[in-house]
Amino acid sequence: MAGPRVEFLWWSGCPSWERGLAELRGAMEEAGLDPASIEMRQIETEDDAARESFPGSPTIRVDGADVAEAAPSADSPLTCRVYRRRDGRPSPLPDPEDVRAALGSPE
Amino acid sequence: MSATDFELPATDGSRHSLSGADAAATVVYWTCNHCPYALAWEDRMHAVSRDYATRGVRTLAINSNDAERYPGDSPAAMAERAAAEDWPHPFLYDESQDVARAWGAERTPHVFVLDADLELRYEGAPDGDYDDESRDAEWLRGALDAVLAGERPPQAKTDPVGCTIKWR
Repeated sequence: MAGPRVEFLWWSGCPSWERGLAELRGAMEEAGLDPASIEMRQIETEDDAARESFPGSPTIRVDGADVAEAAPSADSPLTCRVYRRRDGRPSPLPDPEDVRAALGSPE
Repeated sequence: MSATDFELPATDGSRHSLSGADAAATVVYWTCNHCPYALAWEDRMHAVSRDYATRGVRTLAINSNDAERYPGDSPAAMAERAAAEDWPHPFLYDESQDVARAWGAERTPHVFVLDADLELRYEGAPDGDYDDESRDAEWLRGALDAVLAGERPPQAKTDPVGCTIKWR
């Protein structure tokens, strides 16, 4: 059976993408999935962002669904995305538990 | 290196300049509303501001982001947030971005520590991990402790980590 489609969308102006990608790869390995299957897509312009419905960097989608809810914002999406950890703290990356849950790993 | 003076408006309508305050040390840091790194470190910055105010340390926060493309960083949004969160120090708006350019500010947050003569003594990140509150802005606190003791900080510069300042 094929694994889920995992997409990683990122903008180079925010430094969180490298740590976010490393955490995603680790979570995929934990889930028995192949990290090499991640579809990487770099967002470079606001047109790219609009076409991809990109809410900020990085954004991770599993089978088309965002691993976290994106808060509505009037700001340009060419920036770091604000996530909330499960304890409420702001963070430039999604809570690892949210990523694992999206990948179907037991929490 | 002496810091470049400025005069900027704060969210409460007052104006603040770098010079003329007679502080034992001054913390100037760039921050904003929309950046998760700045948000993650903000409580630690406020704790430093409160903890060191009684030792004569003055703290000023500055937002220089382009508010047209990032309306979450507009003066109105800054004022709403500063009031709601009861900020312990002024939150200044650098609309022209001239102050950020003059200081070489690159990120939010980007912290600068000045001594009583307004000489730059530390520049960089508050501490080494936005995600670890136990770090407690230790690099910034260490720099302030050294300056207040009349000594050089253990490190003069670290790499600022955060969102880029949003230039026009």
